[in-house]
Amino acid sequence: MNTKKPVYPYIPNSVPEVKAEMLCSVGASSMDELYADIPANLRFKGRLNLPDRLISEAELIRHVDGLLNKNRSTRETLSFLGAGCYQHQVPAVCDEINSRGEFLTAYAGDPYEDHGRFQALFEYESMMAELLNMDVVNVPNYDCFQASATALRMAARITGRSIVLVPVNISYDKFSKVKEYLEPDIAIERIPFDPKSGLLDLDILKTLLSEQIAAVYFENPSYLGLLETQADKISQLAHNVGAISVVSVDPLSLGVIRPPVEYGADIVCGDIQTLGVHMQYGGGNGGFIASNDDPKTVMEFPSRLFGVAPTIVEGEYGFGDVAYERTSFALREEGKEWVGTAAALWGITAGVYLALMGPQGMVEIGESIMQRCCYAMKKIAAFPNLKVTFNHTPHFNEFVVNFDKVGKTAREVNKALLDQDIFGGKDLSEEFPALGQSILFCVSEIHSQVDIDRLVSILKEVVK
Amino acid sequence: MKPISPKPSPRRFHQASWDEPVIFELSQPGQRGVLLPPVEAGIEQEVGNPARTLPDQLRRTVPPALPEMAQVHVLRHYDRISQENLGVDLNIDIGQGTCTMKYSPKINDQLARTHKLTELHPLQDISTVQGILEVMYHLEEMLKEISGMDRFSLQPGAGGSAIYANVCMMRAYHNSRSEGKQRNEVITTIFSHPSNAAAAKVAGYKVITLYPDSNGYPDLEALKAAVSDRTAGLLITNPEDTGIFNPKIAEFTRIVHEAGGLCCYDQANVNGILGITRAREAGFDMCHFNLHKSFSTPHGCGGPGAGACGVTEKLFPFLPVPTTEFDGQKYYLNYNRPKSIGKIRPFYGVTANILRAYAWIMSLGADGLREVAEIAVLNNNYLLKKVLEIRGVSAPYAKGKRRIEQVRYSWEQLTQETGVHSEEMEIRVTDFGMHYWTSHHPFVVPEPMTLEPTESYSKADMDEYVAVLKQISNEAYTNPEIIKTAPHNSTVHRTYQEPFDNPNEWAVTWRAYQRKTGQKKV
Amino acid sequence: MEHKRLGLIVNPIAGIGGRVGLKGSDGKDIQERARILGAIPLAGERAVLALERLLPLSENIELLVPPEDMGETIARRCGFSPLVIPTTGLANKSPTPFPFGRGEGGNKTTPEDTFYSARTMREAGVDLILFSGGDGTARDIYNSIGNNFPVLGIPAGVKIQSAVFATTPRNAGELAAEFLQGKGVRLLEAEVVDLDEDAYRLGQIVTRLYGYLKIPYRREVIQNQKVPSPASSAVQMQGIATDIIEQMKPDLAYILGPGTTTRSVAEQIGLPKTLVGVDIITKTEFLAADVGERQILDMMERRPMGLIITPTGGQGFLLGRGNQQISPDVIRRVSREDMLVICLASKIAALQGRPLLVDSGDHQVDRLLVGYLPVISGYHETIIYKVEAPDS
Repeated sequence: MNTKKPVYPYIPNSVPEVKAEMLCSVGASSMDELYADIPANLRFKGRLNLPDRLISEAELIRHVDGLLNKNRSTRETLSFLGAGCYQHQVPAVCDEINSRGEFLTAYAGDPYEDHGRFQALFEYESMMAELLNMDVVNVPNYDCFQASATALRMAARITGRSIVLVPVNISYDKFSKVKEYLEPDIAIERIPFDPKSGLLDLDILKTLLSEQIAAVYFENPSYLGLLETQADKISQLAHNVGAISVVSVDPLSLGVIRPPVEYGADIVCGDIQTLGVHMQYGGGNGGFIASNDDPKTVMEFPSRLFGVAPTIVEGEYGFGDVAYERTSFALREEGKEWVGTAAALWGITAGVYLALMGPQGMVEIGESIMQRCCYAMKKIAAFPNLKVTFNHTPHFNEFVVNFDKVGKTAREVNKALLDQDIFGGKDLSEEFPALGQSILFCVSEIHSQVDIDRLVSILKEVVK
Repeated sequence: MKPISPKPSPRRFHQASWDEPVIFELSQPGQRGVLLPPVEAGIEQEVGNPARTLPDQLRRTVPPALPEMAQVHVLRHYDRISQENLGVDLNIDIGQGTCTMKYSPKINDQLARTHKLTELHPLQDISTVQGILEVMYHLEEMLKEISGMDRFSLQPGAGGSAIYANVCMMRAYHNSRSEGKQRNEVITTIFSHPSNAAAAKVAGYKVITLYPDSNGYPDLEALKAAVSDRTAGLLITNPEDTGIFNPKIAEFTRIVHEAGGLCCYDQANVNGILGITRAREAGFDMCHFNLHKSFSTPHGCGGPGAGACGVTEKLFPFLPVPTTEFDGQKYYLNYNRPKSIGKIRPFYGVTANILRAYAWIMSLGADGLREVAEIAVLNNNYLLKKVLEIRGVSAPYAKGKRRIEQVRYSWEQLTQETGVHSEEMEIRVTDFGMHYWTSHHPFVVPEPMTLEPTESYSKADMDEYVAVLKQISNEAYTNPEIIKTAPHNSTVHRTYQEPFDNPNEWAVTWRAYQRKTGQKKV
Repeated sequence: MEHKRLGLIVNPIAGIGGRVGLKGSDGKDIQERARILGAIPLAGERAVLALERLLPLSENIELLVPPEDMGETIARRCGFSPLVIPTTGLANKSPTPFPFGRGEGGNKTTPEDTFYSARTMREAGVDLILFSGGDGTARDIYNSIGNNFPVLGIPAGVKIQSAVFATTPRNAGELAAEFLQGKGVRLLEAEVVDLDEDAYRLGQIVTRLYGYLKIPYRREVIQNQKVPSPASSAVQMQGIATDIIEQMKPDLAYILGPGTTTRSVAEQIGLPKTLVGVDIITKTEFLAADVGERQILDMMERRPMGLIITPTGGQGFLLGRGNQQISPDVIRRVSREDMLVICLASKIAALQGRPLLVDSGDHQVDRLLVGYLPVISGYHETIIYKVEAPDS
């Protein structure tokens, strides 16, 4: 065994001579003296049982490659998976900017030394504001689950009420997070959906509304890919009882889909993964919350809000935190939640993405996604045994296909697709038993006609 | 020629300053930054353009007013403003106390950018993602060893989220024993990270905060006064944000256990004690780590980070779903967990950071982690000694004792003598390309400054930082004006603060700014 | 910077006693003795230190001062061209008589002069009154203009128990400068406390909570924390009030001690509050205002009572500085579980580790409260804090 004292490239003062010199200068004869405050019975005896060290980068690369090469990525395999994580074109400049060390390794500096970070995030907020047609957008929080949960808590604080209405057809995972987060202060009641159209059942919604309702929450597009054509009515119904309309959207759709504020939404939330962030096995989420510039609402944001202000020199843009001391208070819930390390780098990335796409790009991508999605639906619906469950409702990006008539389970269908080197869609049979054996397919701007035709032809084989 | 004079100390730093407009001002009509695959004629023929035929209440009629820019202009704009930013890569970032701003090795960044990670969809069949699952499994094993806990979840997005998950598990545990309603109080300390109190409040608990005793240690007698049969648990950071290790920590856990509560260890400050002391032996039922602090993943201007929460066996049923398992042949995700608190976030965690943390530990090994801790502590005590030589500063509490990985200093004496406040010195420090952080609120230590050198910095780095502090201290006594009018060498000058608090003036977005300053929209 | 008006009042005899070993400086006799002993007025020097910080803004500040050594001399010495306002000369013509007896005027200035100067300045619409003196001067200003006007003290007395003073004369100048420049400085109510001087000279401390003045206080220079700062004091007080009201038993009457934090409790229920005195309330109604010990004890004969108090009188005293009505006899008759202590977390933090103190006047009663006390600091937030009795 090599008994030479190791040197660590990441630890400059581990050089033995330097270490000794520093021990001397702090007047300690050994490291144990520096740990004197830790009682002996709490000291860990011996060495941690960890794998042997890989001292060189070459070995590390080899080791990690060896692991990750066991993965098959969507760059190698055609994939129609969506359901909360989406494959879109990620421009190279997005990756270039979010790998710059100045952005990657900065953290919580003040607006003078980290002027760039403040400006980049202010610009992100501003570009999102154009998509959303609202004046206030937060610095990103963790993800859309958190954004939805927080938006609902905000609504409860603003109205002083403690029940929210949430659709049945949202992701089970999202519901689980929201439910946990709203406990114990806020109760949730579910709004069922119409089995034919997949849209919210307004008749039942009306019966659920009362002066105790803080918010009505819905998603557009919904988890099942449907565009909620009754959006204005839903907001109207909420407003009629003084409740807040909270809508969760895919910002990528807003080049062609109307901004929710225009159909009555008061608070809008969602995820920015679709704006230039790689999927990363589900690790690329970032949440946003937006509202109008009403002080009462602004005061309820638990996130940071970066704003612009003049400096003592003419023509300079200065930045800082808006309404840093949130001065409103809601009975029984003073906790404005917390702000932590969330997803700022994805916010900067989303800004880069939106600047690269521009107005035309956002229109084109919305159109392209809808066209391709529609095309896939049409081709699949042409088969007698396959049912595109909500065929008559407009869709964005995703759609449900039902396999009950075929007599195969969703799982079997996906397996068959996998055998043909295709990642199918999300199996919905456990999450939504009412939809039977169904799969949620996702089609975006990166799926060519050839890709879609291939899916269709293989499905055709599978269901014979 | 004569030799060029040696560089002075402190260096004559000036931050990059491009006087760069806000991106909207760079817009040129008609420009495009990136194009999309064109829609094939075949598709167009089949379905036309559904976006155009959406019902009115859903169709957007006016495209969003985003800037229109050619690709190189977007790149250039962001490259320029990135230069107006200090990160660990650029700067001796020991002034961000409690953040553990260590070097994030570039090799780990590169490894995380392979399409074998970035282009994985989380719902892919597990046979196609065995590699990443194995990494997650192994990281969990390593964190188990480092902490002594029995199981981990890598799902949380960062520290606050991990603490919240722990608090939810605490709640689920007591509920499962029908003591949930009765146990509605959580105890924490004023020097623990505020996320502990905040998470507990969001989860519906009453929060009891302990203040330190006269030596700066959490007050054991106060704890005894605080526990009761209403105690759900203890949330405590150790070492605390003052850098002081609580030698009675095992007493604390014992007392809380006796009262029927659980003990949750906030290990945001674990950097100085890796391999030295563990959560398990101190008697904790739960703990959490910040992978973006102690385990080197980069901070990203404020995320994404990654959190890991660890539990003992008795809390395992409540761990978020899914957990990563190995059945002897393959790795898989286990969703069959009826008592779980559910999901904290979509999918499984911030995978890129999970990989980076894994690679970091692999490149250091047990001895390396030990070295990390020891050098972090050595560096901190060296820094302590040097800083205390500066006029006007002190390190309250634990006099004469060693600190672990950080120290909260006080400039109280300097403020009394010169009228200059710590928050003003904080701005002046940026004139030298450095940063320092005061403290969380409320300021229990007056005129605070919290420094955490970590193991990434050399003796020369710390000497350079100290030289800057010394300079500013001197300025406070001889030329306070220069501090009060700082910054002078930064990207911009002193910003007016009033607009940020005034609803009529504040502008979170460019359009709000234009509206409120009476300008026409571009 | 907008044009602003600043008033400056120097109490030239403040602190005069302290320098030569006499405690305090009220009363003509003391002043005479001090002058004989060669004491040099301190307040003037201190005022100069503060004014120097304001000199860069002198073009935009109109300085109003009383004559001679009450302000004019110092202002000119610093380089200002002040507007001199008359003092007690006005008293003869003033419609509002000085309520505390007549002074003699002339060279020797009196509380009367401070009183009228402040009154005149307020009527002239100054934006801030800076005064140099001690607790006595603060008391005189409070008597003159009440608690709705921005005032800031330059510490220059022997007795500086009140919270209305900046930490140093220089800081007073700084703060005044920032405030006048409109730099986001806020106004905060701070206690005016009065030590009984005769008792003090005999070694006894008898303090009265006299009133409140609104003083500027510094907000953070920049905001760059990783988490937003906690809600402002006003909001935290609402949180405390909400929590306390939840805890109040429906049929119990509560002795509500003096202070702004206890006032929030009353406000939240919709009841009035004697800011510097003790009131009796229930969860829903107001029972008695500004009661003394006797009245409290009488009421206690008829019904059990609880106690809600907050530290007052400066220096972290929970009992004994400004709420002497809550006497040892009263405390003995309140059951421990009905004693509720409330305080802002920022005030606790400002103690910097020093304990809360109880000095009721009876050592046995003090010992009942010594130890660790839950202090309600927000909605569902409690601090366990150490309480001690000062060394007897």
